[in-house]
Amino acid sequence: MIDLVIDVLSWILLILGGSCVLIGGVGGLRLPNFYTRIHASSLTDTMGNILIFLGLMLQAGFTLATLKLFAVMLFLLLTGPTATYALANAALLSGIKPDTGSTNDDNTEESPK
Amino acid sequence: MKLLELLGYFNYWVFAIVLTVGLYAVISKANLIKKLIGLSIFQSAVFLMYITMDKVEGGTAPIIQAGVEDQVFSNPLPQVLILTAIVVGVSTLALGLAMVVRIKESYGTIEENEILDAD
Amino acid sequence: MIFIFAVFLLSLLVITAIAIVRTNNLFSAVMLTSIFSLLMAANFFILDAADVALTEAAIGAGVTTVIFLCALALTADRAKPNKERRKVAYGAVGILASLMIYATFDKPPLGDPDAPVHQHVAPWYIEKTPEYMDFPNIVTAVLSSFRGYDTLGEVFVVFAACIGVLFILGVPVPGNAKPAPMQQKKGLHHHLIPQVVGRLIIPFIVLFGLYTQFHGEYGPGGGFQAGAIIATGIILYALLEGESKALQAVPRRVLMGMVIGGALLFGGVGVICMLMGGNFLDYSVLAADPVWGRQLGIIIIEAGVGMTVCGALLSIFHAFASRERAS
Repeated sequence: MIDLVIDVLSWILLILGGSCVLIGGVGGLRLPNFYTRIHASSLTDTMGNILIFLGLMLQAGFTLATLKLFAVMLFLLLTGPTATYALANAALLSGIKPDTGSTNDDNTEESPK
Repeated sequence: MKLLELLGYFNYWVFAIVLTVGLYAVISKANLIKKLIGLSIFQSAVFLMYITMDKVEGGTAPIIQAGVEDQVFSNPLPQVLILTAIVVGVSTLALGLAMVVRIKESYGTIEENEILDAD
Repeated sequence: MIFIFAVFLLSLLVITAIAIVRTNNLFSAVMLTSIFSLLMAANFFILDAADVALTEAAIGAGVTTVIFLCALALTADRAKPNKERRKVAYGAVGILASLMIYATFDKPPLGDPDAPVHQHVAPWYIEKTPEYMDFPNIVTAVLSSFRGYDTLGEVFVVFAACIGVLFILGVPVPGNAKPAPMQQKKGLHHHLIPQVVGRLIIPFIVLFGLYTQFHGEYGPGGGFQAGAIIATGIILYALLEGESKALQAVPRRVLMGMVIGGALLFGGVGVICMLMGGNFLDYSVLAADPVWGRQLGIIIIEAGVGMTVCGALLSIFHAFASRERAS
């Protein structure tokens, strides 16, 4: 019984995590400009990562594999957002202006490829 | 079953296509760095072929697990060859890039046709 | 199920390769090469080659990308489009591809246990590893003992390539008559987040490298992987703190010592084996118990391999990174 509950729970987590990754991917393709795109793809780094690894840890049970998965999750949680930060910073330095959406009427610089 | 049998050759097809894509970059691109990138794609395709050959149906990575009888292992020999080839590949690639850097310093360009014109 | 995933990854591999060749922006081509290597590593893992996947991930996606980027900084980041030889190239490549795809139908299908490649020496290696070495990783056993000559050759190739890069890039830059005083390259000093995260994870990267070095007989790992992982850790340090800081931490003299010392250590073990009455690289004579002798020999030569690979990759990185761009 308890096995079944854990199995179902882990699959729910895995499917939720998979959906987060999918949403991140769709957002990366569909959103209008660079900064919104990396905002979408950072969903993959954080939410998708946590949910998928929690699901996998439930599958693994109390073994050494769980500890390893936890370590990998921590590593990805540290590096993923850092990479996103570095990417956004590099974009800002190379001259892509964030579209604040407020008063700028001459919006000529939007949606850089 | 026919489809699955055909899919058994899929890795080899990918090897053939990636290899020729790399070769295309080497012969048709004039930019020397692009040529080196093509060469490293070519090399990776060869790695893929070797590692495809090592797979055995139902096998695991060739690391013996204590207390498990009758394990089937994939072939360790191609893995060893490719393992060392990857490291050698990056060192020779660096050698090529070093030459490209020196060519740039001497000729001021890394486009092959411009270098030939300058000579 | 894993098979469908493999087909998916392989299709992505082909798409990435075509994208790399099509783009004229060298910078994005290099980034795509990194993705290509990562996909390749995942494929290797699916095909049971854990050791190779580890190496490809550390070298292909890590070190190669950094060396390419250093070279781009010294040359150009855009290729000029040219259409001269395109038709001939398409023809040649098309014929070759169709010939090779035709030839693949004579190959044994994926996973065929009766394929010729699995009949020759490989079963003997798998059978004899527990008896001769008494440790579980067959790849390490084949790499360092059964085919030790190959590995010795490869280590000397890495050594020679490293010396070659240093010779080619060691001369002063033409145009800059006087070598400019080594300017302090800043790194990412003013970026707090990457710096803090880098400081947090670099020790763990180096620790993991040492683990793969000394655990290589028991799990996936060994000198080649460990050298590459430690080199990536130190390259990350150089990217974050500036190249001169990394040279202060691990000076050039130490790097050269590692490259030469590692290669000598490998060759020296072979000579010691001969002096003790065995064949070249026959480690069984190193101790009274042949199994223990082989284990000892393998640990020493793996250390030599790790030192050479780590030192060579770092020397190559510094050779590129410290060179000024010709004006």
